[in-house]
Amino acid sequence: MSWQRIGAIFKKELRHIMRDPRSLGLALVQPLVMLLLFGSALSLDVDRISTLVYDADQTSASRELVRQFQGSKYFEIEGFVDSARAVQRGIDKNRILVGLIVPRDYAKHVAAGQVADFQILLDGSDSNTASIALSYVNALVQDYGNHLRATALNRHAGRALPVPVDFQVRIWYNSSLESKNFVVPGLVAVILVVIAGMLASLTIAREWEMGTMEQLLSTPVRPAELVLAKMLAFFTVGAVDTAIAVLVGVFVFDVPFRGSVWLLALTSCLFLSGVFFWGILISALAKTQLVAYQVGVATTFLPSFLLSGFIYSIDNMPKVVQWITHIVPARYFVTILRGIFLKGVGPGVLWGNMLLLVCFMVGVFFLATWRLSQKLT
Amino acid sequence: MWERIAQIVRKEFVQLLRSPRRRLAVFIPPLLQLFVFGYAVNLDVDNIRIGWMDEDHTPASRNLLSGFQGSTRFHIVALPENDEQAQGLLERGDAHAVLRVLPGFAESIERGRAAGVQLLVDGTNSNTASLIAGYSQQIVAAFATPVVRKQQGKLLFTMAANAGSTSMKAPRLDVETRVWFNADLLSRNYFVPGVVVNIIMLVTVMLTAMAMVRERELGTMEQLMVTPIRPVELILGKTLPAAFIGLVDMGLVIAGALLVFHIPFRGNPLLLLLCVILFLFTTLGAGLLMSTISNTQQQAMMTSFMFATPAFMLSGFAFPIRNMPVVVQYLTYLNPLRYFMEIVRSIFLKGTGVDVLWPQMLAMLVFGVSMLALSTSRFRKRLD
Repeated sequence: MSWQRIGAIFKKELRHIMRDPRSLGLALVQPLVMLLLFGSALSLDVDRISTLVYDADQTSASRELVRQFQGSKYFEIEGFVDSARAVQRGIDKNRILVGLIVPRDYAKHVAAGQVADFQILLDGSDSNTASIALSYVNALVQDYGNHLRATALNRHAGRALPVPVDFQVRIWYNSSLESKNFVVPGLVAVILVVIAGMLASLTIAREWEMGTMEQLLSTPVRPAELVLAKMLAFFTVGAVDTAIAVLVGVFVFDVPFRGSVWLLALTSCLFLSGVFFWGILISALAKTQLVAYQVGVATTFLPSFLLSGFIYSIDNMPKVVQWITHIVPARYFVTILRGIFLKGVGPGVLWGNMLLLVCFMVGVFFLATWRLSQKLT
Repeated sequence: MWERIAQIVRKEFVQLLRSPRRRLAVFIPPLLQLFVFGYAVNLDVDNIRIGWMDEDHTPASRNLLSGFQGSTRFHIVALPENDEQAQGLLERGDAHAVLRVLPGFAESIERGRAAGVQLLVDGTNSNTASLIAGYSQQIVAAFATPVVRKQQGKLLFTMAANAGSTSMKAPRLDVETRVWFNADLLSRNYFVPGVVVNIIMLVTVMLTAMAMVRERELGTMEQLMVTPIRPVELILGKTLPAAFIGLVDMGLVIAGALLVFHIPFRGNPLLLLLCVILFLFTTLGAGLLMSTISNTQQQAMMTSFMFATPAFMLSGFAFPIRNMPVVVQYLTYLNPLRYFMEIVRSIFLKGTGVDVLWPQMLAMLVFGVSMLALSTSRFRKRLD
């Protein structure tokens, strides 16, 4: 293993990346754009649910009920209509998500102390938004129902009834429940995978296609040196990307950073080198850029987006798919990133994930070197 | 003219489907995507792991526990005994939440005071956390309701005894919720139709761009140009196979969606086909345009990736457009995928027709025609 040879190839590779404006753009501008755009746009927060009201009762009691929805920050009343049919049309046309229908006898039932019912129509096609909206409706009905009961009983007895259970929800690590705190750290991992895996596999596949790889291999450079040197070149770019992504996350998106910067740097290095070795392996396996691209997308971008727990939680997947997620390195890195950013935990909690990243990196390095030396003979 | 086009189409098909590996590359990725999306893309929260921290140890607290055990959503994975253990559970991610019954729970209920229950939720995943909070609230409410009834009954009884016989009725609020289009609230029903959109876009844009750039990279474009083939014929000959394969892939994916995932299809298949054809104008135009700004296949792939990812993310596929900042929301109007996503989901789940969907269809027509016109004119210019 000669450091001089590694240094020479490293320099050559860096120049390759710098020279092609498109590669450089892909390497440095794309992550920034992705992070800014997706960090602000990818939100699963459910608030301002557009709601249409049909109040058939038109009494002060029914208006009081509607006011409960108006006063909640989760619902936004788009307007009032005068038939249930109009509410249905609104849902059909995607104008609203929730329809509130108060029947004619609502006030009468409240006054008589009977069961007063009203209707909620919900567009369930987006099941996630709909389930969260449903839990808001339930909480509101429960609160307001208790309030109605209590006032009625107080009128009779002049004595307040206690609420039997005082249920407090305390949210840790992300107390405002903002999805950006959840999305942005995971996004760092996804962006690194895209840049690293794709850049590495495409650039090297191109060398195979152009035949320059054979020339390189005919020099005294040994496969392990070649793999290392190429990895180091991409690594420089990847480290800059990581720094950009983390800084934007903390300063632009105000994502809390509670853990250790050094631990983040260490784990990012582990992850990046693993992904680069993977890119090199793909390019050594694939014969053409087209195949390298397709395999690259199929094995880096899609799994790290879908199977890493970045957005879709692994617990909900079928058992078989859960097993598959164990071979996706992004899964471990996403866990580590969230741990460092939001929970502020250290190696004491994260060592298992770090160990698996190391295993992945070493394993892929040997595979890539082995594959390259096979190609030589 | 038609004969020449037919010849190019034939050549393209031969090139595309020449080897078994290429044939697989055209048909396997769409199906793979369908299965990954169908099984992995899921925002439902069904397996909630909670730690149960009982500081009361009374029949009342065990009663609440059985409420959680009875729900299929919650699984009790640990019984932490102190705060450190509870914190460890959340830090390691072993549990999503810890439910803590405060000491004196049963006694407070007995005496008619508010009894304390705390839910500590790992908020890292904000979406899961808000659903967990909502579901727990429902279980606690179900536990509390009979207790309230009993106490109120007692109160009413004493009041009636004191005040003689006045009507002592208190109203109860009841809501009847009707969930439309996706009554079981399965996120699969929402996501799988979106895969159709994604696959048509990926396959057709990529195939068109690659077919053109490959000729240029290999230098065979010049050879094609010296033949009597005219630019329009070349464009048609290159795009028609891509469109055809896109349609076949779509058929495969829809068949999979209906047979494997049992996604409801409530609309008119012919309307869907019409909309797909409208959408193909846009994607084929985009592929062509990409081929005019790329010299190598690598550049074409990178360019298409740079456009496809944002277009996909901002289409409303996974993240509701309604939640985006207003500026970005306006930006999505420039994204043809957005309209097609709305159309496909409406046709699948809502069964809506042209009377509702015409604005989206019109937008796609405008996009498609202008994209095709732009790319054709650029393509001609590059040839001269």
